[in-house]
Amino acid sequence: MWKDLLVEHRSKETLNALFFFALLLLFVFQFTLGPDRERLAGALPGLLWLGFILSGLLGLGRAFVVERENDCWEALLLAPGDKSAIYVGKLAGNLLLMFIVEAMLLVLFGVFFNLDLVPALPALVVVIGLGTVGFAAIGTLFAAMTTQVRARELLFPVLLLPVQVPVLLATVQATEAVLLGEPLGAVAHWLKLLAAADVVYVAVGVLTFDFVLEG
Amino acid sequence: MAADPLIRVTSLRKTFGKHRVLESLDLDVHEGEALAVLGANGAGKTTLLKILATLVRPTRGTAMVAGYDCAKDPERVRRHVGLVAHGTYVYEDLTALENLTFWTTLAGLRTSPAALVGALASVELERFAGERVRTFSAGMKRRLSLARFVLARPRVLLLDEPFAGLDQRAKKWLEEHLASFKSSGGAIVMATHSFGRELAVADRIAILAGGVVALDTPRGALSAEDVQRLYALHTEDAS
Repeated sequence: MWKDLLVEHRSKETLNALFFFALLLLFVFQFTLGPDRERLAGALPGLLWLGFILSGLLGLGRAFVVERENDCWEALLLAPGDKSAIYVGKLAGNLLLMFIVEAMLLVLFGVFFNLDLVPALPALVVVIGLGTVGFAAIGTLFAAMTTQVRARELLFPVLLLPVQVPVLLATVQATEAVLLGEPLGAVAHWLKLLAAADVVYVAVGVLTFDFVLEG
Repeated sequence: MAADPLIRVTSLRKTFGKHRVLESLDLDVHEGEALAVLGANGAGKTTLLKILATLVRPTRGTAMVAGYDCAKDPERVRRHVGLVAHGTYVYEDLTALENLTFWTTLAGLRTSPAALVGALASVELERFAGERVRTFSAGMKRRLSLARFVLARPRVLLLDEPFAGLDQRAKKWLEEHLASFKSSGGAIVMATHSFGRELAVADRIAILAGGVVALDTPRGALSAEDVQRLYALHTEDAS
């Protein structure tokens, strides 16, 4: 994780690109919805997660690109020891990157749509945190799986999105309730689903990463 | 009785789809021995190295390193093998020192900062320890890649065109390093097209042609011209 963050800190390739992507996305949303507050209120949870997912797809898709340069992928494979440590490191780096982008998106949403998200923020952080872990856990695994494939840009979202359906369903529903001012207790069933999905996805990632890396 | 070889390849076969790269390859390399593998493009030199490094699984036959089967026990093999292939395995946006720190951490080595700097000094890169690898020449990247093995001390070095891209000084350093590696009991297999400095390091020469070892001979007093003649005799480049 230290290595990935250092590389990203110096190159700023992914973060800069994601920031401008998020900005463009918000412009598109703004043009589409216009000033109608009612339409916005109904669409906001979906739009928020659409922003997270689309920027997440871009960010996660690049997670292993750095390993292709100078064949570093081979060196990872040749390193003796437990390969799941590599997965955990990559996942932690991806999570941090996604949280930064999500924080930027939240602020931009507030500014663009003139929303006061502060009252719902603590509950929103819980929902977004749980949803992001599930998304990044399986996303990191699939990014590793597709990184050596020729049509990886196409294959990555095609593989990832269907698996993310339970996470997306739960996060959008929970986000909608939280934005309407409901307490976390009211969405406990969605949070439980998210927590279960997180545990399963992280466990699958840790247990199968060795096989993925070995090809 | 001679000691068991550090590397033993028996009836090794590798096919990629319908394309047969290695047919029935047999090779032994002992401790303190360097084998230069010559062959035309596509003769299977790199494939052989990758099988020994556990990156590619053989279709049939066995490749053993330090008594462990490369296909069945790759994790144990990896503890004994160092590979320098076409890729240098370095991260362009990290400094030389950070690259070494990363690889030693990944390999589970406990290395002091002084030892890391020492490894860089041994490849004459200590002045560039804090420089990003992106600014390095190809030769410097290759030297940095080799610095990993100063710390990891594998028993077997697998080198693909090891002298490519190095300047005269770096070539001299590599020659000395490989000679010292051999004298400490390590075994070297290097794939090459060159008849130059690699052969000076080699104790034996194996020529691959048609998926088999067409010639396996001690280098002895063979000159570069002798090797070139033998190479021409045994490969399709004869013309």
